[in-house]
Amino acid sequence: MSDWEIALGIVGMGLITVLTRGFFMIPKQELPMPDWAKQGLRYAPLAALAAVIAPEIVMSQGHLIDTWKDARLYAVAVGTAYFFWKRGILGTIISGTVVMLSLRIGLGW
Amino acid sequence: MHPRDAGATGAFFASGDNRAMSSAIAATWRHPEFKNAAREMMGIGLGISAWGLVTGVAMVKSGLSVWLALLMSLVVFAGSSQLAALPLLASGAPLWVLWATAFCVNLRFVIFSAQWRMYFGHLPRLQRLSVGYFAADLNYVAFMRRFPEPKQQAGDQLPYFWGGASWTWISWQVPAVIGIFAADRVPTEWGLGFAGVLALLGLALSLLKDRNAWVSGGVACCAAVAAYGLPLRLNILVAIAAAVAAGLLMEHWLPEHEEAKP
Repeated sequence: MSDWEIALGIVGMGLITVLTRGFFMIPKQELPMPDWAKQGLRYAPLAALAAVIAPEIVMSQGHLIDTWKDARLYAVAVGTAYFFWKRGILGTIISGTVVMLSLRIGLGW
Repeated sequence: MHPRDAGATGAFFASGDNRAMSSAIAATWRHPEFKNAAREMMGIGLGISAWGLVTGVAMVKSGLSVWLALLMSLVVFAGSSQLAALPLLASGAPLWVLWATAFCVNLRFVIFSAQWRMYFGHLPRLQRLSVGYFAADLNYVAFMRRFPEPKQQAGDQLPYFWGGASWTWISWQVPAVIGIFAADRVPTEWGLGFAGVLALLGLALSLLKDRNAWVSGGVACCAAVAAYGLPLRLNILVAIAAAVAAGLLMEHWLPEHEEAKP
């Protein structure tokens, strides 16, 4: 693949970003949506987050992990505990990352 | 609502007049909700940055040249579709495969855009599409948390959106560019990208407001893991569908207020 061909591919991907993220905002008239769908979409934000996170925590190479010696589990446990203690997202990230790095670098988990 | 009634910020892109545009930008910039959003995204931004850095490194390590990696980061601005594209570019897959993959990986945004429409449908099209382009996952979640009721309050919502979007853009692009230039010096084996997962985790935990949220979130986790084998990250769509269905069924069969009765 030449550089220009890749650049064309990348520009196309940028257009796809606009197309997908703006999809229902493109038409001039609002598309009619049933009330149950509007109601149900309230669950979408959390679901999307959960769907991205869960496999990142409990899977590796496409399989469920079968060991407790995985730094990610403890990072998530500590981050979650911190969140329910102080309700801060920044602290969740920092405490989890500290646990993650110390187990990874210290114990090789 | 008439497009022109959207407040000062409504003129943002609608007007070709430079002075009107810069005063509209200044009004957005100075609005308290702009700062409010940027402040709320501050902590999350740290996770986004770790992720951006890792993505920048990954682009160069996959064989993209520095200028193509910069182009990709600045133009595509969608981490998951960038990461999905790297092996395809490295193996010289046809462009239509590349674009079809990017589209499928981004399908969740199509669902989100239906919600954005309820808030920003009254804006001129160019402005609607600008909102769309900058509406990354975390902006979407933070915005829906701030304005859970799908009612238009253009005065507050637009500055809030741009405040969060600007901060997200900076937190993503600056580390991504650093990662592109310092690809050989960033230790990826430590799993720094996991900070991004922790940012999403914190945000997800902050959304667990009631019983139905716990249930539908739990369903989403299970569905995403169970359907992980699907190609193109379609497991995310499966999880959203399952979680929406679970939430609606819970509301229908086990209304929460009944439970709260003495």
